[in-house]
Amino acid sequence: MRIPASKSLAIGWIVSERQKKFNHVVGFLCAAAVSLALAGQACAQDKTVKIGAVFPLSGNAASAGNHAKAALEVAMDIINNAHPELGNFPLAKNAGLAGLGGAKVEVVFADNQGSPATGQNQALRLITEEKVAALTGAYQSGITLTASAIAEKYGIPFLTGESVAANLTERGFKWFFRTTPIASDFVNVYHDFLTDMKAAGAKTDNVALVHDNTEYGTSVANTLATGFKEKGQPIALDVAYPSNATDLQSQVLQLKEKKPDVVIMISYTSDAILFAKTSQAQDYKPPMIIADDSGYSDPSFIKSVGKISQGVFNRSSWSIGPAGSPTAIIAKLYKEKTGDEMDDTAGREMQGFFVLVDAIDRAGSSDPAKIQAALKATDLKPEQLMMGYKGVKFDDKGQNILASAVIIQLQDGENYVAVWPKANAEKAPIVPYKGW
Amino acid sequence: MSFVIVQVIVGGLLLGAVYALFSSGLTLVWGMMNVVNFAHGDFVMLGMYVAYLVYSLLGAGPLIGAPLAMLVLATLGVVVYFSLIRDIMKGPMLAQILGTFGLALLLRYSVFWWFGANFLTLPENVVGGTLDLFGIRIQAARLLAGIVALVVTLGLHLLLTRTSLGSKMLAVAEDSTAAQLMGIRPDSMQAVAWAIAAGATGLAGALIATFFYIVPTVGETLAIVAFVTVSLGGFGSVPGALVAGLLIGVIESLSGYLIGAIYQDIVVYSLFLGFLWFRPQGLMGKS
Repeated sequence: MRIPASKSLAIGWIVSERQKKFNHVVGFLCAAAVSLALAGQACAQDKTVKIGAVFPLSGNAASAGNHAKAALEVAMDIINNAHPELGNFPLAKNAGLAGLGGAKVEVVFADNQGSPATGQNQALRLITEEKVAALTGAYQSGITLTASAIAEKYGIPFLTGESVAANLTERGFKWFFRTTPIASDFVNVYHDFLTDMKAAGAKTDNVALVHDNTEYGTSVANTLATGFKEKGQPIALDVAYPSNATDLQSQVLQLKEKKPDVVIMISYTSDAILFAKTSQAQDYKPPMIIADDSGYSDPSFIKSVGKISQGVFNRSSWSIGPAGSPTAIIAKLYKEKTGDEMDDTAGREMQGFFVLVDAIDRAGSSDPAKIQAALKATDLKPEQLMMGYKGVKFDDKGQNILASAVIIQLQDGENYVAVWPKANAEKAPIVPYKGW
Repeated sequence: MSFVIVQVIVGGLLLGAVYALFSSGLTLVWGMMNVVNFAHGDFVMLGMYVAYLVYSLLGAGPLIGAPLAMLVLATLGVVVYFSLIRDIMKGPMLAQILGTFGLALLLRYSVFWWFGANFLTLPENVVGGTLDLFGIRIQAARLLAGIVALVVTLGLHLLLTRTSLGSKMLAVAEDSTAAQLMGIRPDSMQAVAWAIAAGATGLAGALIATFFYIVPTVGETLAIVAFVTVSLGGFGSVPGALVAGLLIGVIESLSGYLIGAIYQDIVVYSLFLGFLWFRPQGLMGKS
């Protein structure tokens, strides 16, 4: 059962009215803060590089947006202050940007309120009023779409670390760059993982997709179905359901009857929780479940039903790594700031920001054209990254061709550990799925 | 195959009983008192949070949580009636819609502010796990909710048809001025109706919390089912809502299993609209 469009619209309308009033107050406070900041900045102007960040700081995705903000603030701390404990991690050793004579980086945050129009206006404001050298954001793919179009028009580099919709890099843009892996990369990750698992003796012939009917659910499912078919292993069962379902019993029974060897779950948090609870009620344990990030990475999923989802695999590019490693130190800084564990989404945002600032450092200038040229020449190696990519190198479309993900597993029901590929693994993968 | 179908139908009946349970309060307020309460789903949500608080603070299950949720929500119902509903009832329909909608947002965002946006759940064993009857699996938490749905329906039905309080409430709903001339206080009767309706909704929320996730926006997911259940059952018919809830649950489960979950809403709503075409008063409503 879903809410009718008319009612959702009405909710949106009332909320946006409410926000408008609130925004007057926020706007005033921002103006005050900006004028204070400007006063203090005048003397050190040529020592600061401004970067604009558009994120959903209010609205439905406020939790994600505020985590993104915290992630970028941690990155700013690492860049602007000396962090010798991070070893050779780019930008960490000395304070500020060496390429710009120790200049500091300043992030100007803007709230997209979950609206593509607002996101675009904010990007325009950051470019024309704040004179930012580059932009990052904007969490939701639909908002990255509109905000980056403005950046393209003004010739300002826009780098997204997290938006995955395929069409973002299919627009022939010259100023748009993306570091995150996208659905076509996931096909390879899942297929290679399953091939290795099969070689190790697991049954992986029948693969079922379970996904909701949102843009995310359908587009990832389609890409996976096409990709698996091309690799000679067509998907055996496709189970679609309406997002925010009140009941998932019939889907679970369908799976229970068809007995696929592997179930790939493409779900947001609410449905992921319901699926776990219903599976337990129906005593359904597929031999292997692979979750496509999203709901299964939500800390509240793990707190709610982690104990009855033991052994679920998940895709992630983030792994905390051994104690004392740069990733472990970054995770500690992030936890000190937010009280939450670092997750894949915040990590991808942070990584994108590091790549952007690294390009500015190499460009030795805050001139957008020089930053664009430096971004194009980016060639980062895995050991220079905090995320588990094979590197960062952009193709003509601006997509990172070395983006990749690893497979993690919720072995104890409390924390994910990296299990594949072997080079990144903290523990060996455990099959079959344990459940509860 | 046939065995799975039995499981699907049993699951559908249990789901339907839950639908009936959280619709019963709406039957009273919307079906009889003729007030469209858009905050209904958020009353369910509040009931769920009361159950969660009772569990996390006292470690107690629905045995304490459900009655407490009923009390808290009944009180809230009276407060809402005197502070909001009494006045907007005098205005046009639009005032009711916007007024109760505003209430829904107030409740939703207050909970959002207090508890945050995280998903919460009660542990699986808070109501005795899952029963296995000859291979048919029945979640104890849903069975409990189903039994309570039957009890609440029966209780409400008897209250309205067999007691003088029920007759007075119906009189007020039918013609408030005439009822006043007969010595009935419309205000008290309406307030009692709101207390009962909100209390039943809170009870429903506390029981649903034992097998569903808890989040400030959960009312959005559940409210629409309640509106469909009440109009299919027939305005003003408490048993009608029970039958309608069971019917929707079974149709949803069967179509989800046989045709595909993505189509289950289409099937349910097509049948719903088709049915109302022939019988606008609903299953058990008076024509």
